[in-house]
Amino acid sequence: MTTNTIDDQEVAKFEAMAEEWWDETGKFKPLHMMNPVRLDYITRQIAAEYNRDLGADKPFAGLRILDIGCGGGLLCEPMARLGADVVGVDAAPRNIPVAQIHAEQSGLTIDYRHGTAEAMAAAGEQFDVVLNMEVVEHVADPLGFLTACQQLLKPGGLHLCSTINRNPKSFAMAIVGAEWVMRWLPKGTHDWNKFITPDELFDLLKNAGLTPVDRTGYVFNFLAFTWSTSPDDLSVNYVTAATKPA
Amino acid sequence: MDNPARAAICQGMEQTDIIIVGGGLNGPVLALAAAQSGLRVTIIDAITPDTHRARDFDGRSYAIALGSMRLLRGVGVWDALKGDAQPMLDIKVTDGRAGEGASPWMMHFDHAEIEEGPMGWLVEDRHLRAALLDAVAAQDRINHMTGRKVVAQLALGGKVEVTLDDGEVLSARLLVGCDGRSSGVAQRAGIKRTGWDYGQTAIVCAVAHELPHNGIAHQFFMPGGPLAILPLTGNRSSIVWSEQSRRAKEVLALDDGAFLEALKPAFGSFLGDITLVGQRFSYPLGLTLADSLIAPRVALVGDAAHGIHPIAGQGLNAGLRDVAALAQVLEDTKMRGEDIGSVIALERYQVWRRFDATRLAIATDTFNRLFSNDNPVLRGLRDMGMGVINAVPGLRRRFIREAAGLNGDLPRLMR
Repeated sequence: MTTNTIDDQEVAKFEAMAEEWWDETGKFKPLHMMNPVRLDYITRQIAAEYNRDLGADKPFAGLRILDIGCGGGLLCEPMARLGADVVGVDAAPRNIPVAQIHAEQSGLTIDYRHGTAEAMAAAGEQFDVVLNMEVVEHVADPLGFLTACQQLLKPGGLHLCSTINRNPKSFAMAIVGAEWVMRWLPKGTHDWNKFITPDELFDLLKNAGLTPVDRTGYVFNFLAFTWSTSPDDLSVNYVTAATKPA
Repeated sequence: MDNPARAAICQGMEQTDIIIVGGGLNGPVLALAAAQSGLRVTIIDAITPDTHRARDFDGRSYAIALGSMRLLRGVGVWDALKGDAQPMLDIKVTDGRAGEGASPWMMHFDHAEIEEGPMGWLVEDRHLRAALLDAVAAQDRINHMTGRKVVAQLALGGKVEVTLDDGEVLSARLLVGCDGRSSGVAQRAGIKRTGWDYGQTAIVCAVAHELPHNGIAHQFFMPGGPLAILPLTGNRSSIVWSEQSRRAKEVLALDDGAFLEALKPAFGSFLGDITLVGQRFSYPLGLTLADSLIAPRVALVGDAAHGIHPIAGQGLNAGLRDVAALAQVLEDTKMRGEDIGSVIALERYQVWRRFDATRLAIATDTFNRLFSNDNPVLRGLRDMGMGVINAVPGLRRRFIREAAGLNGDLPRLMR
């Protein structure tokens, strides 16, 4: 491990933060609630693209996966558990030791780095799969960012990208509902103006040199209080799959 | 170093994904289902395999509902059992009173009213245990540790550590308590229990009889408690006789001949002359519900989670439903790459099973209170209720499906 350059006090602080990231009832609860449906989509898309059997032991062995905006490692750890060789990158430096400590507690080896997609692309790194979840609505230049993601893929690689639609319903749900009423997210987490419609995202992906192959909605059911996927309802949260031409 | 589990400890690796405490029935079935999903399982079994493999019929048997049969088939043990299993084609429920014969009010549940087949099968304990032991031994992903007990457990961050009576320490991502009504796993996890005694004792035995039973199961509601007569292969039946504990003690003290004489007034003469086969067993009856089915890195299954009255023969079947639900949650969790022992995974199991298990506990408790007495008013009420259920096909079919274990949100392994 490469965590040994930080002192004990720092480690204690990061352990507390690791607990917060991974506390399924704490402030990251909305992410934990959404995680199963995100993982269902991600695992099935990767399995379909690379002909893997999800029932097998370590089905993603031999695949190199990059998670952009990895946070505490909520997606990196499942990918590593499924056998992938995982790199997690986050622009927020303090997330890196948090994620490292938790991976160590979980007995997983994951390469966490502080940095950006653009810098990694410039360094010439290549992956079979790039996970780009709930990031594109936060960046200043979506096309430049997606182009960097495209460069990070090997030819024939798979790019999975989720974001939030821009319409009155998404304003009501993602801003008023999630931030103001339910307080699932801190106020100001999202700027509605930066939300992207599925058609806009498809155009951006094409302009970045990728071939969109699928789009699916994530729908929150208030009665069951769980998320599910929907092929038709992309009105708020949705995810896309795109491939890099071989 | 003949034990691969120990070799793994030396290498500093987690040698197993799940530790199951309890080698009875639910434990091995869960182990087989989880191993099929690619998980590595260690069973800690206090009993030695020789004790499990008693060859002669000892009088104990189980009513395996249709849903439970599907689970046993799914984990690959049903083929070894089905030749020795007696299908239950019909259930007759009668409000009885010793010496007076059956009341005219009764319920009759015939498997022909549902499409799926018999409502269940009677399987002898010795056959079920042998089939499970063979299947467990044949599964590479299961390590069956026998004659060992757990003395301590500790949930830490990403794993749970279990200390055995000989000092060996095992670790896994999840610890499952299949260790019965006085579950040590639940106690050590600080899970409290709620429950009460029924003041009744179940006397379990088997009889051979002159006349064929035709695959019909009988339930007589006697003032001291329900009496179930369940068809075994050949001209034999299994008896589950619930009695006031004081009376049960007297009856159990009798020699075999006097015991049969005591049984006969309730049993009646419809199967001709009866003789005892195997031993007599007795179990004090009580209700015991764990306040939670889960704790950090811990899940409870079967009687460890909910010990109920045997009135409808649903105890084992409810446990197997826990097994099927937990196995499905674990498989889905594993396929997503999630941590199988995380709170979020265990919550899925608890949300799924808790309501059903509590509902069953309340239903059996209520039935027992309603029927185990000689109060003329209650007697009139329950007889009328039975008459109504028996007369309305939709209601009747609902009960048949309930007995077959087909109601509710069925796990994949029971569909």
